[in-house]
Amino acid sequence: MTDKMPETAKIPVTVLTGYLGAGKTTLLNRILSEPHGQKYAVIVNEFGEIGIDNELVVGADEEVFEMNNGCVCCTVRGDLIRIIDGLMRRKGKFDAIIVETTGLADPAPVAQTFFMDDAVGQKAKLDAVVTVADAKWLKDRLRDAPEAKNQIAFADVILLNKTDLVSEADLREVEARIRGINPYAKVHKTERCAIPLPEVLGRNAFDLDRILDIEPDFLGANDHGHEHDHHHDHDHDHHHHDHDHGGLKHYHDEDMQSLSIKTDKPLDPDKFFPWVQNLVAKDGQSILRSKGILAFKDDPDRFVFQGVHMILDGDHQRPWKDDEARQSRIVFIGRNLPEEKIREGFAGCVA
Amino acid sequence: MSEIRAETASVVDRIRPIALGGAVVAVHFFADTPVFVLAEETVVFAPAADDPRVISAHSGAILATAADEDRIVTGGDDGKVVTTDTKGATSVIATDAKRRWIDRVAAGPDGAVAWSAGKQAFVHTRKGEERVCDVPSTVGGLAFAPKGFRLAVAHYNGALLWFPNAQAAPERLEWKGSHLAATFSPDGRFLVTAMQEPTLHGWRIVDGKHMRMSGYAAKVRSMDWSAGGRWLATSGSDQLILWPFQAKDGPMGKAPQLLAPAGQKVATVACHPKQDVVAVGYEDGLLLLVRIEDGAEIIGKRPGAAAVSAIAWNSTGSMLAFGCEDGEAGVIDLA
Repeated sequence: MTDKMPETAKIPVTVLTGYLGAGKTTLLNRILSEPHGQKYAVIVNEFGEIGIDNELVVGADEEVFEMNNGCVCCTVRGDLIRIIDGLMRRKGKFDAIIVETTGLADPAPVAQTFFMDDAVGQKAKLDAVVTVADAKWLKDRLRDAPEAKNQIAFADVILLNKTDLVSEADLREVEARIRGINPYAKVHKTERCAIPLPEVLGRNAFDLDRILDIEPDFLGANDHGHEHDHHHDHDHDHHHHDHDHGGLKHYHDEDMQSLSIKTDKPLDPDKFFPWVQNLVAKDGQSILRSKGILAFKDDPDRFVFQGVHMILDGDHQRPWKDDEARQSRIVFIGRNLPEEKIREGFAGCVA
Repeated sequence: MSEIRAETASVVDRIRPIALGGAVVAVHFFADTPVFVLAEETVVFAPAADDPRVISAHSGAILATAADEDRIVTGGDDGKVVTTDTKGATSVIATDAKRRWIDRVAAGPDGAVAWSAGKQAFVHTRKGEERVCDVPSTVGGLAFAPKGFRLAVAHYNGALLWFPNAQAAPERLEWKGSHLAATFSPDGRFLVTAMQEPTLHGWRIVDGKHMRMSGYAAKVRSMDWSAGGRWLATSGSDQLILWPFQAKDGPMGKAPQLLAPAGQKVATVACHPKQDVVAVGYEDGLLLLVRIEDGAEIIGKRPGAAAVSAIAWNSTGSMLAFGCEDGEAGVIDLA
């Protein structure tokens, strides 16, 4: 990476997604009206919906541009590049940026914008993808709206909203559905998007430690006061039926899965990079997100990477601490992931 | 850091520093007075004999700027298109009805002004009439043709050539991808756009023939034509890239000249108005004067804290003004 600016100097960007009617605007109005001492620039897709006059609210046209002669995986939000470039002229007037997407939007082009445009990537960093989901209707949308499923799969933080409209049993059911698609996101149950804003903003959710550490007990959801005393290894056995592990039901979504692999053996970078690049080049269309922390042989530094479809972005993060297990972990969320192929390929990267 | 050029001649002792207190997005000359356009709100006149004079032009960010010898045109996130004349008087040419950002501006013949907001391009004619052109996607670049009253409007998947005074629909030039900036060659034969990908695209106006100018490391954000339009100088690499436009076919089938490698990306380029010399500003703040003929270099300014974001020559080429992203700015007297 040749970025001049240290990561901490970059403006954090929260991407706010959610299917039509889930409650995005409610959350945005909260963010803009509550006293929290932070100033946000907000990029909205429809001006009228925000009831607050703020010179840092900018309307966007959600223009998705293909790059590199039409590769669908290499799409970016052209309008976002222009708007962030313009907002950066007012650097110092705001602390963070929030990008609202339309209810039918695929989050990928938004996320890819931060990796594919050098000027945007130098000045801004993706903080988290926050998805607002409607507790009452999400299950139906997961069946009939691929956009809704993508939004869940992409999320780092999920607000399971309108919980007052469903029974406790239905709520557990929909949460289990979410977990079946994306076990790594942090799920908050809300009514009218009532949530302390630090739970949503400034999450540094792309700080991979949090995402990867949350995985081993993803069904635990301890911070919500639920009791689940089992630990689930989350190995898929290609059985596409529901199975109950005492607490939360565990669903395997028909076409969207996640996969987590770890190893204590150091990896060979000369094997890993060609493998992972080849993997996303071939299967990038079905891989929505990839993330990893890697321990390379004879390398004192942790290497972290993340990707969206075919785009990977990685860097040496910091030296491994003495008391830290030098473990490599990667996770993938995607459609019909070629699991055995990925497991075997990763195993072949051991030094 | 840029490569140490210990042996290279320098004119750094001729810099007259100017305190601006804000990031510079552009600089222009009115005669021998450099005028700096800042990222927010103001335009600053910096005459040699007097203190800088700060002119308030916008109430927010200045997003776009263009100039000719007697005015500077700016577009802001306040939805206003403003001109500032040589005396420092401002006038509001237009205010967007929906208070949209003014994304791009261009200065045209006889006092005409063009600007864009979203998917619309506007022209304010010499007679004060306003014309509008709807564009298939958000406007990426605007450029007036050197002859005639014609405007190029770059957008996603191509560019339009629009005669604002004619009823006819604009002519369409198509090329897949997002076109972000536009410039005509000074002889009017070519239109060149900088794209979202690190590449330039060109059309020969007479027959629409395509030119692809690729090989860049980054998006090209700065382009300028050398005296007489012989070369197109660009940023986008860690050296100055010069495309040859002397031949009838322009740069088709030809390789660019690569000069002044500095181990740093070029941020801004500006060509001398009369000689084949280019002022090249780098991301680390280094400014070099580069002679095209033999690649000879003179240091204009040593590296600083931020990228050189604006460079301009006066009309005779005897003075060079620069501004940086951190507000560092100055004028170099080369006479």
